[in-house]
Amino acid sequence: MHTQLDVNGRAYALDHDPRTTLLDALRDHIGLYGTKKGCDHGQCGACTVLVNGRRINSCLTLAAMHDGDEITTVEGLGEPGALAPLQQAFVDCDGYQCGYCTPGQIMSATGMLEEAKAGDPSHVSASLSGDVALDDSEIAERMSGNLCRCSAYPFIRQAIHSVEGKE
Amino acid sequence: MTQTFKMDEPLPRLLDETRQGLIGTPMNRPDGPLKVSGRADYAADRLPDGTAHGVLVRATITKGKVTRLDESALAGIEGVVAVLSGPNFVRNPAQGMAGESPVQPGPRVDYHGQPIALVVAETFEAARDAAQRLVVEYDDAGGAEVDPDSASEVETDDPDATGDWDEAWGRAAAKVDVTYTTPGQVSAAMEPHAALAHWDSGRLTLHGSQQMLRFNRKELADAVGVDPSEVRILSPYVGGGFGSKLGIGAEAVSAALASRDLGRPVRVVMARQTVFDAVLRRTQTSQHVRLAADADGRLLALGHDDLVSNLPEESFAEPTTNASQFTYGAAALRFQQSVARIHRTPSGSVRAPGEAVGMVVLEAAVDELAGELGMDPVELRLKNIPDTAPLTGQDYSGRRLADCLRQGAERFGWAQRPKAERDGDWLIGCGMAAAARKNMLTKAAARVRLTGAGAVVETDMTDIGTGSYAILAQIAGELLGLPESKVEVRLADTDLPGASGSGGSFGAGSTGSAVFLAARRIREQLAAQLGCEPGELTLQDGIARGANVEKSLADLVQDELVGEAEIASGEAAKSHLSAGWGAHFCEVAVHAWTGEVRVRRMLGLFDIGRVLNRKTATSQAVGGMIWGLGGALTEELHHDPRTGHIANRDLANYHVAAHADAAGRIEADFVDDRDDWANPMQSKGVGELGISGSGGAVLNAIHAAAGVRIRHLPATPDKVIAALEAAGR
Amino acid sequence: MRPFDYTRAGTLDEAGAQLGKTAAVIAGGTNILDLMKLQIMTPERLVDIGRVPGLDGIEADGDGLRVGALVRNSDLAADGRIRAGWPVLSRALLSGASGQIRNKATTGGNLLQRTRCPYFYDPAMACNKREPGAGCAAKEGVGRMLAIFGTSEHCLAAHPSDMAVALRALDAKVAVRAADGSERTLPLDEFYRLPADRPDIETVLGPDGIVTGVVLPAPVAGSVQAYRKVRDRASYAFALVSVAAVVTVEDGRIARARLAFGGVAPRPWANDAVTAMLEGEAPDDALFRAAADRLTADAAPHPDNEFKLPMLRRTLVSVLRETTGLAEPSIGTDRTDAAA
Repeated sequence: MHTQLDVNGRAYALDHDPRTTLLDALRDHIGLYGTKKGCDHGQCGACTVLVNGRRINSCLTLAAMHDGDEITTVEGLGEPGALAPLQQAFVDCDGYQCGYCTPGQIMSATGMLEEAKAGDPSHVSASLSGDVALDDSEIAERMSGNLCRCSAYPFIRQAIHSVEGKE
Repeated sequence: MTQTFKMDEPLPRLLDETRQGLIGTPMNRPDGPLKVSGRADYAADRLPDGTAHGVLVRATITKGKVTRLDESALAGIEGVVAVLSGPNFVRNPAQGMAGESPVQPGPRVDYHGQPIALVVAETFEAARDAAQRLVVEYDDAGGAEVDPDSASEVETDDPDATGDWDEAWGRAAAKVDVTYTTPGQVSAAMEPHAALAHWDSGRLTLHGSQQMLRFNRKELADAVGVDPSEVRILSPYVGGGFGSKLGIGAEAVSAALASRDLGRPVRVVMARQTVFDAVLRRTQTSQHVRLAADADGRLLALGHDDLVSNLPEESFAEPTTNASQFTYGAAALRFQQSVARIHRTPSGSVRAPGEAVGMVVLEAAVDELAGELGMDPVELRLKNIPDTAPLTGQDYSGRRLADCLRQGAERFGWAQRPKAERDGDWLIGCGMAAAARKNMLTKAAARVRLTGAGAVVETDMTDIGTGSYAILAQIAGELLGLPESKVEVRLADTDLPGASGSGGSFGAGSTGSAVFLAARRIREQLAAQLGCEPGELTLQDGIARGANVEKSLADLVQDELVGEAEIASGEAAKSHLSAGWGAHFCEVAVHAWTGEVRVRRMLGLFDIGRVLNRKTATSQAVGGMIWGLGGALTEELHHDPRTGHIANRDLANYHVAAHADAAGRIEADFVDDRDDWANPMQSKGVGELGISGSGGAVLNAIHAAAGVRIRHLPATPDKVIAALEAAGR
Repeated sequence: MRPFDYTRAGTLDEAGAQLGKTAAVIAGGTNILDLMKLQIMTPERLVDIGRVPGLDGIEADGDGLRVGALVRNSDLAADGRIRAGWPVLSRALLSGASGQIRNKATTGGNLLQRTRCPYFYDPAMACNKREPGAGCAAKEGVGRMLAIFGTSEHCLAAHPSDMAVALRALDAKVAVRAADGSERTLPLDEFYRLPADRPDIETVLGPDGIVTGVVLPAPVAGSVQAYRKVRDRASYAFALVSVAAVVTVEDGRIARARLAFGGVAPRPWANDAVTAMLEGEAPDDALFRAAADRLTADAAPHPDNEFKLPMLRRTLVSVLRETTGLAEPSIGTDRTDAAA
């Protein structure tokens, strides 16, 4: 079947098996291997991308369901020599070790910061009505869909915190 | 060509003399920009034209034989290329440093979940579908034993013991005699095991996710029946190892076999469930600890016996009591291990084999003893640091355990810690524990090339997140007087000199020393060219100085200078016991009603000798501490009582710590030291030390907060509630 | 994943016409794809209703609200009206899954998600829910996550939804469209079936039915609402037990106590006798303990999950203390406006 995807500002026309997930389409059809497969069941977050600006697990959705959608992957944020501030913050804070969950952490954090900016509450928000103050516990809860077995968690959050509120 | 150095006695501390100022700094990882931009290529991050996709099929009996693979159900599936099995298929990954194929059982099935076939298809979707629909017929032997506690085949070692146990135990003023259990655990590296194999003129190239290429090459060659010289493995980026990628496994062997059969590249990536089924787990343990002390808190007797499990034919047994054998001294010591032979997914090395589970328990038991004595647990530990290694009589090399304990206590505010405080319904308390892990040096080689433009480091060492790219650049840059931008590190290709690989926390010390020695050879060549003694030579920012001459490296090095060196363990390892040391301090909150435990803050202070890179070392230490936290609170394999298979075989149900579990302030730092007997750099391993004892500090904090001892890990809410209710609360 | 035909429905009528025994609806897809990858579900046709217009809004419905089936879990949780008037629903949603999943998962899909029983999820093991008559491997297997109420000899599985537990405590109804295009609304206890001898049939939806939304009754003025979830890690885990509470105290007495329990039954669990014990009484620890004992008196645990009884009792007592003012409210306990 045929699906049109806009990935990092570029149009791709795919001819694919209906079973192909968005993740496998990005990796093996388009050749953007930055988005990782850690579990293929929405249990680790390594495959996180932005679809129309919102973070989702690309393993748990079919490419076919995203005809015409705008996808942003980690490659779309920046590249060596021209890293996005959040990417540079991960480097500076050592917000990774093996690096495998890193693209997912970065994409998830990118989406998460927008959610917080919009005032969306979290499970640990003291009040459902107030503004969101992104302290460490808020960031931790909101990022809990991204496992990091190296357990770079404190440094990942330090990186996120360092760019929060800056454009 | 290659200079081989045996570590027999200390070398001068050259890294304290060099001028570049790169070693020890918190330099960013040079591989960082690739990793954060999605451009670091892991094993499965490529799909050459013509690649076929392989998906592994598991056994669904526990013991018996595969009698037939019935492919008729695959007839209608478009794109199926082949179904492969046969005598070369491996039962499980090789144990670390095996250097030969793991067991190749043929049609025999030894555990539920064993990979028994590979289905290959034109697309991943077709391969996965066909692998699930393949009908496997078995001759089920039945009656497989899967429970370590009732296993009929249990091998018990003779105890390692010293002193008169009965006498020491008999005169004690305080005693602890407790049994703790820890559940099975897994590495759960975020990158599933992956391999892309292709053959060219009888030569196999494998892009794999492996930790120890020097061994993996031999293992893979042996498994597929070729000479190791015909095998090349590349693993420039590995998405976490933690022991699970020490040895060659089913994904690599089956990809190689299928590629050879089909004459095209084959990629095999394990499904996450397959990683649980078919990669070595950490055994569950049952640990009996006995401690006896006099009224002053001096240990009289220390006994630590354990029961672990593995499959028949697997040599590995979790060395649970490793650190118990040298951390404290006592008049009488006794250690004894039993291995139950059962048909579960076999066990092997998972980050910090031994200490990860053994030190949790020893350190919890020591806390219990402190309670019996009414003594501060830091004091109790300080009082029992032995002069020489109690079982072997070896001298200790660098050992700043006492400093870690004292300075850690000071920095944590141990003396002012909250005791049995309450914050709403949360009960607050603090605990501490010591950390220890033996430091090892193992054979490793490396080559350094220097030109006027800079240096290149070449070795088949891997970087599994540990920071090899960073520290090897720092070592070479420090010795050759080059900034980081002038040093390129090429790793993880078996065409390069054979390194230690990443395992046992010996990678940085071993391969780093090989780089150190190779660079030192270049320094000797530079000194000769400059006309000075090597000791007079200084190198900084590309300028060489010596014998009143100053020359830029660009002028001095016309062509290329090459240094190649190999290091091996020597007499130092016999005369001295080298280990990493540390102390953990932890504050937890325990919910009085629901039994949930949250770690609020944690501090680890460690002695790892010379710190090679403060940033990556800190990450390793903190990562280890969080592993310990997860082991104490959340991680647990659940085995089906009938089949032995792992019932919670995915990341939704096997709970590695998530961000929210590690949301408190978790910090690590180091006491600066030099371990002269460890290696020429005076450094020690850090990758596993952070786990050692970390979970013990958490358990001890739970006790301080809620007054309950959790002796069966993990301390999930149900167990905390049961303990609270047993205490009438 | 078996091959299937993928069709995108433009309207509910189109979707309805394409459904049947061998077809399945996909919207967010976060659970069905998970199941299809493991061949636990093997539909021959997948009908994508994700772009059907009119199902992704939250609209006034009398004094209550009607939530479209396609409203994302994160949007529902963040909606200002929900946060103010039905906070227990926000809290329950926010305690479930992850930010990424909540951005994709829909209201309808959340209701229809399947159990996470490890034996249901493993095609090598017998499961009556997957294959009626095959047997239940969970019975003598690993039972930590199984139910303690409402089970049968054929199935011990627990429903995993947090959202549905809050909806039960709020007395919400599920809007269901039948094959003929007619729509009805059902209380959750009528929407969900108990397993009995057909654990594969989990709802009254039928193969042609489509969940079109959820109807929330008017907010309970002046109530204190709480969702408390106890799990094996601090986030991103299914409930061992959970308690949703909508409690109103007037003149020192509990005027209203709607409670529902998660992680313990094949559907959000409620117990009228417990509510009856509480309503009209003054908040009191002994009363709460008695109510909790009453709740678990009916439990039939698996040997591995007997712990859920004390855990559920203690969690309920803790929630009741906070929602009735015996204890300070903690995060997850919210007060709604006094005026409706």
